[in-house]
Amino acid sequence: MKKITLTIDGKKVEVEKGVTILEAAKKAKINIPHLCYHENLSIYGACRVCVVEIKGRKRLEPSCATLAEEGMEVRTNTSRVRRARKLIVELLLATHPEDCFTCERSEDCELRKLAYELGIRDLRFKKARKYHYEVDFSSPAIIRDPNKCILCSRCVRVCSEIQGVGAIEFANRSDKTQVLTFFNEGINNSECVTCGQCILSCPTGALREKTEIDKVWQVLSDSEKFVIVQTAPAVRSAIGEEFAMGAGSLVTGKMASALRRLGFDKTFDTQFGADLTIMEEAYELIERIKNKGALPIITSCSPGWIKYLEHFYPELRSHLSTCKSPQQMFGAIAKTYYAQKLNIDPRNLVVISIMPCTAKKFEARRPEMCSAFYYWKEKLGLKEEDKFFDVDFVLTTREAARMIKEAGIDFVNLEEEDFDEPLGISTGAGVIFGATGGVMEAALRTAYEVVTGKTLERIDFEEVRGMEKIKKAEIVLDGMKLKVAVTHSLSGARIILEEIKQKKSSYHFIEVMACPGGCLGGGGQPLPTNDEVRRLRAKSLYIEDKNKHLRKSHQNPAIKKLYEEFLGKPLSSLSHHLLHTSYVERGRY
Amino acid sequence: MKILFKRIEKPDYKPDIKSYLKNSDFKALKKALRMKPEDILNEIKKSGLVGRGGAGFPTGLKWESAYKTQDFPKYVVCNADEGEPGTFKDRIILEKDPHSIIEAMIICAYTIKAKCGFIYIRGEYFKAYEVLKKAIKEVEAYGFLGENILDSNFSFKIFLYKGAGSYVCGEETALLDSLEGRKGQSRIKPPFPTFVGFKNKPTVLNNVETLANIPHIILKGGEWFSKIGSKNSPGTKLYCLSGDIKKPGVYELPTNVTLRDLIYKYAGGPKGKIKVILPGGVSSPVLLKKDLDVIMDYKEVEKKGSMLGSGAVIVINEKRCIVDINKRILDFFNYESCGRCAPCREGIKRAKEILEFISEAKADLSDLELLKELQEVLFDTSRCGLGQAALNCVRSSIDKFYEEFKEHIVEKRCKVGVCRVGR
Repeated sequence: MKKITLTIDGKKVEVEKGVTILEAAKKAKINIPHLCYHENLSIYGACRVCVVEIKGRKRLEPSCATLAEEGMEVRTNTSRVRRARKLIVELLLATHPEDCFTCERSEDCELRKLAYELGIRDLRFKKARKYHYEVDFSSPAIIRDPNKCILCSRCVRVCSEIQGVGAIEFANRSDKTQVLTFFNEGINNSECVTCGQCILSCPTGALREKTEIDKVWQVLSDSEKFVIVQTAPAVRSAIGEEFAMGAGSLVTGKMASALRRLGFDKTFDTQFGADLTIMEEAYELIERIKNKGALPIITSCSPGWIKYLEHFYPELRSHLSTCKSPQQMFGAIAKTYYAQKLNIDPRNLVVISIMPCTAKKFEARRPEMCSAFYYWKEKLGLKEEDKFFDVDFVLTTREAARMIKEAGIDFVNLEEEDFDEPLGISTGAGVIFGATGGVMEAALRTAYEVVTGKTLERIDFEEVRGMEKIKKAEIVLDGMKLKVAVTHSLSGARIILEEIKQKKSSYHFIEVMACPGGCLGGGGQPLPTNDEVRRLRAKSLYIEDKNKHLRKSHQNPAIKKLYEEFLGKPLSSLSHHLLHTSYVERGRY
Repeated sequence: MKILFKRIEKPDYKPDIKSYLKNSDFKALKKALRMKPEDILNEIKKSGLVGRGGAGFPTGLKWESAYKTQDFPKYVVCNADEGEPGTFKDRIILEKDPHSIIEAMIICAYTIKAKCGFIYIRGEYFKAYEVLKKAIKEVEAYGFLGENILDSNFSFKIFLYKGAGSYVCGEETALLDSLEGRKGQSRIKPPFPTFVGFKNKPTVLNNVETLANIPHIILKGGEWFSKIGSKNSPGTKLYCLSGDIKKPGVYELPTNVTLRDLIYKYAGGPKGKIKVILPGGVSSPVLLKKDLDVIMDYKEVEKKGSMLGSGAVIVINEKRCIVDINKRILDFFNYESCGRCAPCREGIKRAKEILEFISEAKADLSDLELLKELQEVLFDTSRCGLGQAALNCVRSSIDKFYEEFKEHIVEKRCKVGVCRVGR
């Protein structure tokens, strides 16, 4: 690549040709404030906050959208630039609600931070203030508040560019411009897959999860209820960030301890569900290969991904593994096997999950996710109106952190504790579910040993790890070459699905996660979630895997016991009732 | 001296191909097809023709830039999305002499090696649309458009595309987005359309009036054209006179005409006493009576602190209130902002509100400073010409009529009795 040299604030900077001024400044450790720019998205050039002065140019230029040129003289900090930035942010504040005290995003609001940093202490446009848009509560997972939207298009771009969904778009023009769903029918009546990437990309409080904190407090204070909690793998390497611990801090023990302080009767681990998923899924893979079932088989742990396929490629549903996700397997087992063991009425057993994910809120409310109810229906003489879900409430990582803060728990200084038995026991295979490639790796560890009967020597499948969009590997299983692929983000999934649709896919087994980086980059994770943070969270999960005494799902003693005492064997009839599911066709809008 | 209206003003001239053949016979096209592209470019450059849409960019340089770009296919687009308030000149050419535009587009396409062209016409120009549609068919039927034009081995097609009523689509890159089927919003420049235009391919975009000059330049030579009108921007210009004027209309005059002659000699003089003149539509800063001797070409009007723009001369008399005029202008820009960039979308709205407060005696003097700051920042940071120029008129009005604004704010009085202050 050709190198060019320019001057930014008197400092000579050498960069590759094709780099923008904003990127060049970053390299020179000069931070240019910005709002609509996002490292993973296309250039939009609309907020104009990143404007700079370039010698010889009549106007200020947006540094995000202007390429650095040889010999260019850029100034990022002149009175003209500062005044422009300030006025633009002031203009954005002119129609912005003044509820920073109570706003969900109070702590992480980029607009508020920018206003503070730019020294805006007086709002000269206050006479104009009015908020008149209806808030969109239609989704079980995501709330959209157009009054707080500054039209930076980051959500629109992440939805179409990274996820390939395009559920939201700009409508109208001028001061009536709004981000809307098709015909403004509400986000729940669109192709929205509830992945929550829009929440992570939003600079303000215009997008947030639908919180269930109040309901959880309520059941926690209800003495009739036996409340258990499960936490997904990706939560343990992220929740510390909410307490100003470094990105990717591994806080498994502190988290278990904090949840106990919150008042949960038992603190369990979704990784138990993950190990169970691997058992069922590995056997399903083997069975499909043997019986020439629909191949490739695709993982089904990520509910955003499932909804995506149901909207865009419903004809390929047969390729999905019928296994429920770890969250749902956990819920079904908790309210049957565990309730039976403890001799608790399943109606009084409340399952809360803490997930890095907003789509899990949607998944828990899928009408078919009531397997435990049907298990008990005849036994207890229940009626349809008594119906209960396998998982009662889903909290995101952020919501869980908020509860811990609300309870006044000194998270950082907590003693580390273990999860409870038996549903808190897991292996390293369960841990890595939280990172892209993890389900694949965990499944291969088990499938290899089940098929060959031999011990797997090289347990780390490095080729399916990392942040590359599509990862491929080949594993020899008893003389058969098993071809696998892993992708994360739905734009990656689209590539894979198109191959299957055009019958060009040569894979046997594919892992798809809806969010970039896998669950650790989920829409329910702390802010910011960027490339660097995702990398650090993944690193922690692989460390935890390495430190685990047991690293293969089929070695999990609690899982073995579950099969012995209750399920029989993988893919048994009871397994089918409790642990497997079916998918629907959702149209396009 | 008339070039563009010469034919049109003949009493029996009709916008059909028979009239056109009788009067012009596509002689310019026939001549151009025998010329080398470089020679055509030379003639256009020599003529000194600058774009008549508003920006005044040299047409020869634009064509040359597209010609030199080695990326195919290339496109020719006629910008017929005439939308600046007070501008109604292109409409006359489109309705009365559509074939000249088509001929010019073919010449341009031949020069830059384009095979496909578009006319993007304002949605409300119903009649012009029908006339053009018919004209394109006629020209095709007579073999001047289509495959192997006049046995030259050169082929070209023109498609007519109707806008949906958005002012900003007159901005060339917003027009391209609209033409591609997207919402009309400006693109980031550079790259300019001559490198990255329609479907990211090199594209020449010319205004209707600009194109209408081309056949004449080809026929009579660049030198002939360069001697007409002012030196800076030679030729004639279609000036649209409107507002408080006795004989409103479109006047074709050499570009060295003065504003005074335009108003008094040709348009019958003002109705009432002149208060301000907008020489280039509502995007242009105001001129006063003392500026009447300005020569109406791009450079001279700019020297007076304003701009010629599309040549929409709006005369406003003393019975009108400066606050009210600006309020109406900002109503327009607020309605037409595409809503993409923050300064334009939010800034115009706030500026409009401040003017409303002034006219309702709810403002204070610091609001005038805020308006000035808004104008400077919008000029500096808006994404396209709309936002950059939207507050020009307001700013110049405050500078030149400070007392009248102050009267509204401090004395709560509108001396011409237009605003509701004090009522």
